Amino acid sequence: MALLTLDTIAVTIGQAEPLDRLSLDIDRGEILGIVGESGSGKSMTALAIMGLLPLIGGKVSAGAIRFDGVELTKLPEADYRRLRGKRMALITQNPMTSLDPIRTVGAQIDQVGTLHMGMRAEAARERSIEIMEQLRIPDAATVHGQYPHQLSGGMKQRIVIAMALMGEPDLIVADEPTTALDVTIQAQIIQILVDLVRQRGLALILITHDMGVVAQACDKVAVLYAGRLAEFAAVGEIFASPRHPYTRALIGCIAKEGQASGSLVGIPGTIPGVFAYPSGCRYHPRCALAVPACAVNVPPEQRLGAARVACDWVTEVAHG
Amino acid sequence: MRALAPLLKAARTLRGGPAALVLLALVFCAIFAPLLAPFPYDAMHLPSANMEPDAKHWMGTDEFGRDLFSRILYGARISLGVAVSSMAASVLIGVIIGGLAGYFGGWVDRTLMAISDMTWSFPEILIALVLIAIIGPGLGSTAVAITVGYFAQFARLTRAQIIALKGETYIEAARNLGASDAAILFRHLIPNAMTPVLVAGMLATGDAIILEATLGFFGLGAQPPLPSWGAIMSSGTAQIFIAPWVILYPGLVIAVAVVSINLFGDALIDALDIRGKLREG
Amino acid sequence: MISYFARRLLLLIPVFLGLSVVIFMIIHLVPGDPIDHILQIGSSPERKAALMAKYGFDQPLLVQYGIWLGKLVQGDLGDAIILKQPVSTLIAQNLPYSLALGSAALVFSTVIGVTIGALAAMAKDSFFDRALMGIILAGSTVPSFWLGLMMILIFAVELGWFPVSGAKNWQAMVLPVLTIGLGGIALVARVTRVAMLDAARQDFVLMLHAKGVSRREIYLRHILRHAMLPVVTLLGLKIGWILGGAVTIEFVFARPGLGSLLITSLNQRDYPVVQGCLLMLGIAVMLGTLLADIVQAAMDPRIRDRVS
Repeated sequence: MALLTLDTIAVTIGQAEPLDRLSLDIDRGEILGIVGESGSGKSMTALAIMGLLPLIGGKVSAGAIRFDGVELTKLPEADYRRLRGKRMALITQNPMTSLDPIRTVGAQIDQVGTLHMGMRAEAARERSIEIMEQLRIPDAATVHGQYPHQLSGGMKQRIVIAMALMGEPDLIVADEPTTALDVTIQAQIIQILVDLVRQRGLALILITHDMGVVAQACDKVAVLYAGRLAEFAAVGEIFASPRHPYTRALIGCIAKEGQASGSLVGIPGTIPGVFAYPSGCRYHPRCALAVPACAVNVPPEQRLGAARVACDWVTEVAHG
Repeated sequence: MRALAPLLKAARTLRGGPAALVLLALVFCAIFAPLLAPFPYDAMHLPSANMEPDAKHWMGTDEFGRDLFSRILYGARISLGVAVSSMAASVLIGVIIGGLAGYFGGWVDRTLMAISDMTWSFPEILIALVLIAIIGPGLGSTAVAITVGYFAQFARLTRAQIIALKGETYIEAARNLGASDAAILFRHLIPNAMTPVLVAGMLATGDAIILEATLGFFGLGAQPPLPSWGAIMSSGTAQIFIAPWVILYPGLVIAVAVVSINLFGDALIDALDIRGKLREG
Repeated sequence: MISYFARRLLLLIPVFLGLSVVIFMIIHLVPGDPIDHILQIGSSPERKAALMAKYGFDQPLLVQYGIWLGKLVQGDLGDAIILKQPVSTLIAQNLPYSLALGSAALVFSTVIGVTIGALAAMAKDSFFDRALMGIILAGSTVPSFWLGLMMILIFAVELGWFPVSGAKNWQAMVLPVLTIGLGGIALVARVTRVAMLDAARQDFVLMLHAKGVSRREIYLRHILRHAMLPVVTLLGLKIGWILGGAVTIEFVFARPGLGSLLITSLNQRDYPVVQGCLLMLGIAVMLGTLLADIVQAAMDPRIRDRVS
């Protein structure tokens, strides 16, 4: 059984439904990429898993999230809190703002140790420095006493990763962990995350809009579009034979990446907002292969081997 | 009429509506005080001094037997008149200083803002006391004190607005068409920067009413027998144990006036959606 | 930190000079010769000239300012005309009362104001939040002297819990502190609430939630700490305001203090005393902002590093 399973979950925030019937799973030692443009529902997925939707006034309105046999959507907040930071950790998009500017970075890592691991202050400090050294932070003992504004962006993201590792989690959800960083630093951070999975056997969900990152790091990929799953497949399969027209377009965009983040140069049009979802297949207004029926029928997810695709055209081709 | 729309919108809210009614009523009393007041404000009648409120004197009488209700009605004239007119002057000065500072920048900005910050860092009551020390007590010095005490916040607000607006395309366009600095500043920039400043001015009018009352109470504002809300109370302290109503009613009226101004101002801020802008500067 | 302190202190010098010029000018801007206020009616021109010379009023203004400032730095503020004592003595007698009242009111309004503001922020938009902020709004809309008089009427006259006036014992301080404090509480609570709600929206708060820190701890340990930064700024700016409140409240409660001295002297046109009192209050305002800057630098590493 998988470590984490999302079983047809829907997320609502007030009247909006930014996530619709999403199913995913990930096991220990795996890296699952979640790809899509801004507004595709990637970050909602992260918040749903971490149980943080109430912070933005949202909730999981349907489906189930199972983590190591525990149904999370029904878990009392106090129990959920004991999981967060310990068994599941979040790495956020912007290390510039995800650290508290008026506390030393060391104190922010130590906090996880004293909170979840029953460590005393001194033990937490030692462990923090140890982890910082493993993440190749030079002069970790000094950095431990420094404030976020005294560190570079890449160094700050390492601190956030150290914070995530402090609880020795089974699952790390990394929401665009490199978007705010320089290109050279991006590769380093991704490599650090990949090494962690390989060495420690934890599960990593890597949320990104960059197919290049997916190719470099992931084992399997979920492509999201406008709150729905477009395609879910092993990474080799996705690049060798992308099925969904949106996936194809995304892969076609790799070369142009770096010019634009969040929107895709290669695909005409923009992703619709949560209140302006088109009928039928939500991708049809931008799809080169759309036929009139696409505007009417919501394409069901079809299993094609281990993969799942939500596109009627693909299904018809496959079935001849 | 475009300017009326937000006012009406604010007046239709739960907090803005009653507040607007109270403010209109107060202004009405101020304007028609001579018609509404049952007695002249300065008519002394010593036999009926310090009388409790009754059917004849709705709010009682003071130590000279003057009708408190009549004095409070006339007081609305003086207190609101002084507060509103000197606040208008304060806004005007603040807008000009902030406009010049924001538009020209450089040393003009530094000099003007240094002057304005100097007044900004000292509490209004101290500025008022300094000015009264120089000019002497009276309504005139109260007006000057309010004008000087508050203009800094309007200058800062205007400056922030002007700096934000300066880069707009239509300003560039006006400049390319050969508009003079004065024309750009006074015809294009300041009118567009005015809304938050006017609302801040309206809210500050409540503070001005309190400042006027404080100065009047200490005998440094309106001089006897003129009945500003503060000055009415000035004579009441000595009699506070005999005739507490002389203190009670004017204070309540001030509270009602200031609460109404704050509530309506708050509703207006939401109606205009300028809460963020008011925090600048 | 030391260099930061030194720099802030240097920045105060021009402000102090500006303040001293304004206060020095009071006596010269008053209509008539400054000496007219000392002279008895009907004094001879010779006596006036002699007095003018004695007080140095026949010198050029700049020279007079220099002499005045020189004496000021040595603690000589001149002599009171009506009270016939050195102004410095009068201030020394009254200052402790004002300091006691001012600091008690400051502590009171900060502690209660921050608590109320934090509770309101945690229960944002609830009935409790609205009711609390409503009461506070009402509390800040009456003149403080009026509030003081009402306190006297209710708690001193009707209930007899506290003395009506004076400064003989601690009970005499309760009503003045409450009066000044209520306005302060309103201000502090409002700023605390807004600052906490602002801080709560920041990314690092999401991170704290993701780390499994409890909501209560996030609010009371982390967000509150951030919210204290604007609150400290406000308190620094408003120390003068609290002293200003003390000015009027001392008078209402017939307490000795700088405020009572100032208002009495203003009414008697005892200008040297007025100058002395205003100078002290001005200096208090300056020290207040300095103190706030220092506390802020101690709390926020970004501010410390910006300077060094």
